Amino acid sequence: MYGWTGKIIRVNLTDKKITIEDLNMEDARLYLGGRGLASKILYDEIDPKIDPLSPENKLIFMTGPMTGTYAACAGRFNVVAKAPLTGTIGAANSGGHFGPELKFAGYDGIIFEGKSDTPVYLHIYDDLIEIKSAEHIWGKDVFETTDILLKENEEDARVACIGPAGEKQVLFATVMNDRDRAAGRSGMGAVMGSKNLKAVVVKGTKGINVADKNRFIEATLDARKKIKENPVTGTGGGLPTYGTEVLVNILNESHALPTRNWKESYFEDGDKISGEYLTENYLVRNKACFACSIGCGRVVRIPDGKYKGIVAGPEYEAGWSFGASCGVGDMNAIDKANHVCNLLGIDPITMGATIACAMELYEKGYITKEDLGGKELKFGDAESIIYWTEQTGNREGFGDIMALGSYRMAEKYGHPELSMTVKKQEMPAYDGRAIQGMALSYATSNRGGCHVRGYMTSPEVLGIPVKTDPLVTEGKAALLKTFQDLTAVVDSSDICLFTTFAIGLPEISEMLRGATGLEISDEDVLKIGERIWNLERIFNIEAGFTKKDDTLPERLLKEPVTSGPAKGKVAELEVMLEEYYQVRGWNEEGIPTEEKLEELSLDKRVLAAV
Amino acid sequence: MSKGIIISPDKCTGCRTCELACSFMKHDNFNPKDAAISVLAFDEVGLQVPMTCLQCDDPHCVAVCPVNALEKDENTGVVNHDREKCIGCKMCVSACPFGNMTYSSRLKQVIKCDECGGDPQCVKLCPSGAIVYKELDSSMERRRNIASCFKEAFGEVIR
Repeated sequence: MYGWTGKIIRVNLTDKKITIEDLNMEDARLYLGGRGLASKILYDEIDPKIDPLSPENKLIFMTGPMTGTYAACAGRFNVVAKAPLTGTIGAANSGGHFGPELKFAGYDGIIFEGKSDTPVYLHIYDDLIEIKSAEHIWGKDVFETTDILLKENEEDARVACIGPAGEKQVLFATVMNDRDRAAGRSGMGAVMGSKNLKAVVVKGTKGINVADKNRFIEATLDARKKIKENPVTGTGGGLPTYGTEVLVNILNESHALPTRNWKESYFEDGDKISGEYLTENYLVRNKACFACSIGCGRVVRIPDGKYKGIVAGPEYEAGWSFGASCGVGDMNAIDKANHVCNLLGIDPITMGATIACAMELYEKGYITKEDLGGKELKFGDAESIIYWTEQTGNREGFGDIMALGSYRMAEKYGHPELSMTVKKQEMPAYDGRAIQGMALSYATSNRGGCHVRGYMTSPEVLGIPVKTDPLVTEGKAALLKTFQDLTAVVDSSDICLFTTFAIGLPEISEMLRGATGLEISDEDVLKIGERIWNLERIFNIEAGFTKKDDTLPERLLKEPVTSGPAKGKVAELEVMLEEYYQVRGWNEEGIPTEEKLEELSLDKRVLAAV
Repeated sequence: MSKGIIISPDKCTGCRTCELACSFMKHDNFNPKDAAISVLAFDEVGLQVPMTCLQCDDPHCVAVCPVNALEKDENTGVVNHDREKCIGCKMCVSACPFGNMTYSSRLKQVIKCDECGGDPQCVKLCPSGAIVYKELDSSMERRRNIASCFKEAFGEVIR
């Protein structure tokens, strides 16, 4: 077996049964691995209409055919299940070292089904696979859980686990691995908690083979060279030098940095939450995920004050959600709030955005001091972002309502329009009114408001691979389709999306061919991405989503941007969406046509469902 | 004057590409457990330290080997391991004061860095410059490395 290990672990948590299955190679060829392959398994095995937090949901950990090799930044894995926050298909990927270790143990993935009656964790050491009690770690935070599990198993094993937020089924809880890496969005941690599954501990001593050694070396060295020489990913480049926070000043200068719950798009304290500021005042050193040559991860030191200490630095999105989005320009507090998210296992994007929404609800008098247990909640208050993150992770007081995400919270108080969500998931740090393609990307993302399903900021703001006008709508649909399809390939090869600043379809396809021995053309590889995108779409259609859900918050459609180059603009979604359905080969209701399903070798059962 | 591998933990990002480059080159297989170099991580302080054979001038592994399978090459400075002569007794593994000599039960062989005959693959692929291969300029190189640790430590206090 080349690339893949060819084995998948199936764990039934209800009757504690563990089976090893052969990887279906036909599926592997059509969906690669990671997000694509796990989505195929989920679609085949569950009814998309089920309650995501019921035992009928399945939780799938899946690596890609290059995970564990030294292909460029290929150390990732995906966690896939029906998502509790959105009700769509959910998929979140993470770096660190957990995914490769699972491969080294001899497995491409793990399928969890059912629900354990008591808290448990799964321990894997090569051929030894056992379900063990997690009673003693239930309630403990991510770091403490990790320390205890390493001590009682192998000290050089790798741990993926949930924190208290996942246990208490906060709808946007993460699955954390290697302490501070997160499969962050979609609420995969809540699904894990609903199954009473606290952690997966894995150690492996087996190796991974590739099909064509020389071809793989050549392809990898070529990709690594391009990454090293690229101004974003390379030596001295934006990501290694400043981390993902490098984007703050860029987006702020474009007046596309959503501020105070998207009321504004320019943050006056932007420089205080920027990558430059973080690097100068906080950075200890860079930290990379497995096999990564970029190293955008930050180890930071909060130098003084009550949050003093060494923590994993915030990513751009977390810096934004707790920063600009809440009107907070205090890096100490942002670092601390991000750290609390890591400890409790919470998605910082949804967390910060939910606090920001609550701040606006409070400002407008829709929630009161009494609702908040006697506390105030004002834009700009640094203490609040930490306090409410802790309350939410532990589901205490008003945090119990925040734990449902901003949509359900705002709806409860009669103002869902103040929730900056798509399909109930919070949009991240790019204003779709100032970057029109991002608006379309949010509206059509298969897991709700999300930037990493089709990162249109790349062409529209950064000019990669070509610069397009962010205020123009024409042609964005076709460009987005390509970005979405290629991203699905990246997520299913389980390499890092950041590589695509420097490499593209030809380089990724060549590494895949060298690793797996599959003789597939570049076009076929992109077709895999399109297949995955359509499969996810079909899942959502069967789950009950329709064209009316491919939309944006009223604020983006009706309230114009107040400053900058996009002043006066709203998101012109309608015209782009119509064009998008056409280039996708979907009908006017956004449903893939019979011809499209045929072309992609997809099951036609969805046509009977609509 | 000979060349050697010099390690700077302060530059290491912990990506472990060195481990992969080593095992793939030597054994055609991506397996960190079979690599002659390992990155040890201290997550609580955010530090990663690559560890590999230091090619000692007075190597204990050579001294304990009962069949002379290990030999110091005075020209290159490398302590070479002869797999033909090796009987797999693992005395060298016990003798190395740094634990840089390991044994793979999967491969049934001692794992030892030979600097890839002068073209170390780990160095070639290290993205951060934490592992370099260069002329060992007497002891100044290492001294400077250690001295820079003092700089870090005391610089911190002053700042």
